[in-house]
Amino acid sequence: MNSQPPPFTNVKSYVPFRGPCDPCPPIGRKYFSTPPSLYLGFQPPGLPQFSPADALRKGTLWKVFYDYYDNPYRKGAGKPRG
Amino acid sequence: MWTYEKKLQYPVKVSTCNPTLAKYLMEQYGGADGELAAALRYMNQRYTIPDKVIGVLNDIATEEFAHLEMIATMIYKLTKDATPQQLRDAGLAEHYVSHDSALFYNNAAGVPFTAAYIQAKGDPIADLYEDIAAEEKARATYQWLIDVSDDPDLNDSLRFLREREVVHSQRFREAVEILKDERDQKKVF
Repeated sequence: MNSQPPPFTNVKSYVPFRGPCDPCPPIGRKYFSTPPSLYLGFQPPGLPQFSPADALRKGTLWKVFYDYYDNPYRKGAGKPRG
Repeated sequence: MWTYEKKLQYPVKVSTCNPTLAKYLMEQYGGADGELAAALRYMNQRYTIPDKVIGVLNDIATEEFAHLEMIATMIYKLTKDATPQQLRDAGLAEHYVSHDSALFYNNAAGVPFTAAYIQAKGDPIADLYEDIAAEEKARATYQWLIDVSDDPDLNDSLRFLREREVVHSQRFREAVEILKDERDQKKVF
């Protein structure tokens, strides 16, 4: 028995219902994004920032909003590069 | 009025010759949840939104035009050197016979842009909730584009654009909080 709650992730998943006569092999899990903007409410002051150069690359100044996305259906996906 | 900077908001590099990706990217060019729809939606709603949040719509609309430019650059790079046969193989024969390799505000299925994609209800909450939904739909579209694209450099630019949608969603959500205006008043409901 694992009593620990699963670690927080911005990628949620579920297994769709499988009917006995479904024509295609199962996809397995379906994935969807729940980005940080869903959780924070009004942004509080003084949050940690990226450096200006990093912010321009990543698309946000605020670390809390950075949400790297990769195709969850590809093997080995989910690791940010660089 | 605007001040134009003759550069893209984020570099666009395309490393593989795959005109089919241009067809998919058109969803973000002239599609219902694309950058043109977003820019026009916010730029129009800003006139009838309370003063406190006009700037949010104005700034985000302006940035959406910068994103439109990036998408246009991607599509242009992917189609400018394609022969008619290559465009046909990419599913763009219908586009070619109508437009050659000119860009046009179509979605990925070739449906032309229409103002019916956007709304302006005049109710600030209704309009901001529509804007939040539009950002989430654009974010999802970028995810599906990243999923079907295997060009790492193109995906890098698409990831930047997706991240901006996340931030825009946050700012529209904050605009709703400002209009609700109960934040600093300690009230028990």
